[in-house]
Amino acid sequence: MSAAGYRYGRDAIGTLEIRNGRVIDPASGTDRHAPVYVADGAIAAIGDAPSGWRAERMLDAAGRVVAPGLVDLAARLREPGLEHKATLESELEAAIAGGVTSLACPPDTDPPLDEPGLVEMLKHRARLINRAHVYPIGALTVALAGETLTEMGELAEAGCVAFSQADTPLVDTQVLLRAMQYAATFGHAVWLRPQDPYLARGGVAHEGEVATRLGLPAIPAMAETVALSTIFALVRDTRVHLHVCRLSTAEGVAMVAAAKREGLPVTCDVAVHHLHLCDVDIGWFDSMAHLVPPLRGTRDRAALRAGVADGTIDAVCSDHAPVDDDGKQLPFGEAEPGATGLELLLPLTLKWAQEERVDLASALARITVHAARVLRVPAGSLAVGAPADICIFDPHHAWRVTPAALRSQGRNTPFAGYELVGRTMTTIVGGQVVFEA
Amino acid sequence: MPNRNPQLNADGALTHLLTLEGLPPAVIRHILDTAVPFVGIAEREVKKVPLLRGKAVFNLFFENSTRTRTTFEIAAKRLSADVINLNIGASSTSKGETLLDTVDNLVAMDADLFVVRHAQSGAPHLIASHLIAKGRTHVHVVNAGDGRHAHPTQGLLDLYTIRHYKGDFANLTVAVVGDVLHSRVARSLIHGLTTLGTAEVRVIGPRTLLPAHVESMGVQVYEDMRLGLANCDVVVMLRLQNERMKGALLPSAGEYFKHYGLTMDKLAAAKEDVIVMHPGPMNRGVEIDSAVADGARSVILPQVTFGIAVRMAVMSILAGA
Amino acid sequence: MTTGLPDAEGTLHELVERMRPAVAYDAAFVGIYSGGAWLAERLAREIAGDHPLGFIDVSFYRDDYATTGLKGGTKRSEIPFDVTGATIVLIDDVLFTGRSVRAAINELFDFGRPASIELAVLIDRGGRELPIEATYAGARLAVARDQNVVLSRDAAGRLSLGIEPFRAS
Repeated sequence: MSAAGYRYGRDAIGTLEIRNGRVIDPASGTDRHAPVYVADGAIAAIGDAPSGWRAERMLDAAGRVVAPGLVDLAARLREPGLEHKATLESELEAAIAGGVTSLACPPDTDPPLDEPGLVEMLKHRARLINRAHVYPIGALTVALAGETLTEMGELAEAGCVAFSQADTPLVDTQVLLRAMQYAATFGHAVWLRPQDPYLARGGVAHEGEVATRLGLPAIPAMAETVALSTIFALVRDTRVHLHVCRLSTAEGVAMVAAAKREGLPVTCDVAVHHLHLCDVDIGWFDSMAHLVPPLRGTRDRAALRAGVADGTIDAVCSDHAPVDDDGKQLPFGEAEPGATGLELLLPLTLKWAQEERVDLASALARITVHAARVLRVPAGSLAVGAPADICIFDPHHAWRVTPAALRSQGRNTPFAGYELVGRTMTTIVGGQVVFEA
Repeated sequence: MPNRNPQLNADGALTHLLTLEGLPPAVIRHILDTAVPFVGIAEREVKKVPLLRGKAVFNLFFENSTRTRTTFEIAAKRLSADVINLNIGASSTSKGETLLDTVDNLVAMDADLFVVRHAQSGAPHLIASHLIAKGRTHVHVVNAGDGRHAHPTQGLLDLYTIRHYKGDFANLTVAVVGDVLHSRVARSLIHGLTTLGTAEVRVIGPRTLLPAHVESMGVQVYEDMRLGLANCDVVVMLRLQNERMKGALLPSAGEYFKHYGLTMDKLAAAKEDVIVMHPGPMNRGVEIDSAVADGARSVILPQVTFGIAVRMAVMSILAGA
Repeated sequence: MTTGLPDAEGTLHELVERMRPAVAYDAAFVGIYSGGAWLAERLAREIAGDHPLGFIDVSFYRDDYATTGLKGGTKRSEIPFDVTGATIVLIDDVLFTGRSVRAAINELFDFGRPASIELAVLIDRGGRELPIEATYAGARLAVARDQNVVLSRDAAGRLSLGIEPFRAS
């Protein structure tokens, strides 16, 4: 190991030592106070210093947790095409402020990510900005129209880690079957949000007492379970790696559990909002609570919370969707759905863990190593030799969610005014300190 | 965090009328009591009182309705208010101006009261919250019907009608018949009836036209009309719109009339002194037979008269808050 | 400072004696709720003639709506005769600022065009804010500005006067 070190971008550090922190690495089961040594953009050692070690920079992590940088399975960056809502610069700033060092972005940009050129440009832009790692999810069909397959091979070479329809339904089951067969041939993963478009047609809120009282067109739980049935039947036949995105119903959790017991190659995630909120939080038509999938009932929320705890649900994501004021200042049904979430993923996950009495290491696993496994990328761990993507956070820091203070261009959050505990203090990507609170 | 119900101001007085849900019974009774003297105005030579003189009432109708707009206009003019009608028709965003921008512009033109009808549930709430956020405490919103959610003045005039003919609600059995799923009239009436302690509220209709979880609103569900009408004191018929046949909710108007249309024969199951109501406009031969609509038990025309008085009461209570 | 309160029944008797020779045979008696309404009923009984009886609620014509809003308890005005061409005696219990009378006159004019309106009151306590005077008054009284004179009626129909602190509405 060279004593002179290397120079990286803006913050030219060679070697970095993080002292006095509680190191939690769910991948290896590490949970102890120990120094962490970083060199050449990678984890050099934990505990005992490498021979000849000289730190050019020291960080004091007393009272803090030193964890792998968070891995977020769904964060919309709005580029290309939707720059009036947000840009790569602002959203990647939001990511590192939230301790997220790797994120997957869905293909629902404008145009959708169905061409290698678009994917290359996105990755190139992200590299130049030099903040978090961006893993694009490619479109499964051209223009997400559900008719023609995309060139999955070319897209994978350009950097796509999986293929998805984002929120656009793929109605033609024959096309869906063939897309899965094709993806399975080459070992590509298919990510699908289970929603039957006909049962969900016109709906904006969960079919329950709240929608009935408020007179909001409803989306029954069946819209999710009917879609899951179809998806699992196709998976049974094709054996494609299928990731279920944004589970929302109790019945859905049970179906995923059964599919896993059966041995189907299925994983799934839940948006962190659905672990905390339910349809009652719509209150008096608060458009900040207009989400897809919709916030469901208390029974569903309880099942989702338990599902994350027992591993039926592999990972928790932010489902980050910045929406500008014009998009939200509309009657509930007309408002654009979505919530900003990159900066809240950590504290909201910690809140779930605290309430469900899940230990910190298990909680962190859901937003680090498990998520990385779903993405099939080398991230989410502090193993020696792994990239030095690190999130140093204060698990006791209490703060109030103030939309105006968020770094994301999307100020749209149903948690405005909430007091949360847990704050990212320092974020390190590739051995560089990219964020300090 | 759910946002605050904007209907009552800091002193507990009604400052916007958006829905009957969550209104204290005393507030509802106050509105009904205030409507009583307004009924008498129609019998004078000069059918006006000067309460809202100098005030500007803007009818903001994003969904067309000549009937409702006209009754609000008459009510406002009988209060001596200046009335301006804005028929925005389809969504205002098609004109490039957002809903809230339109509201702000009208407030700048000294609007005192907005009567709002919109196809989206929650639109009047959005407007009221916006006015509160901007500190415009002297501008008031009356919901004239938002999506499927609420039509509070219709609910109030229905309550007024029932109280006028039947007295107290505590001993009454009231049936609401028809397309409850899509009906803001039904939702408002159900909230009003349960708030005032009605003995039994029933909804009657085919499963496709009843909302899931409707029992949570405090009603008994009947899919058989004769059973549902047994011993009723009040029957409220809802309008069936043609679109329902297209949406695979019903096969035909004819079959609907056979099972759920109100005829003298079906009405016989109810009490002898039952009253029959309808928010209008009626589809004769679809939800109601002409013999019943024009018969002795029908109070459909008095509903219209009471509707003007109730709207006068609502506007004068709000404008004085 | 308030001078001693007179007896209501005695004062009513005084008022009747003043009105009897002067009031038209067919004059309508219109009482302002509630005190004026009670008085109108008594006067119609005690003064001979054909006196149609009416009651008026001035809540919709008050000039303080903008500050105090619509108070509860508004009653229906009952004017069961044709106001146009009628000779009317407007009756109230206490004449103070004159604003209630102004409101009542405005309201009567929305029913029609009367031939004439006279004003009869049980108590005139002064303190006028408008150019309005009673044609007939039972008694004059000085009352402190922070106090109200209130007429009551018991179950047997006997009238009595009382003093209450003035409550700003």
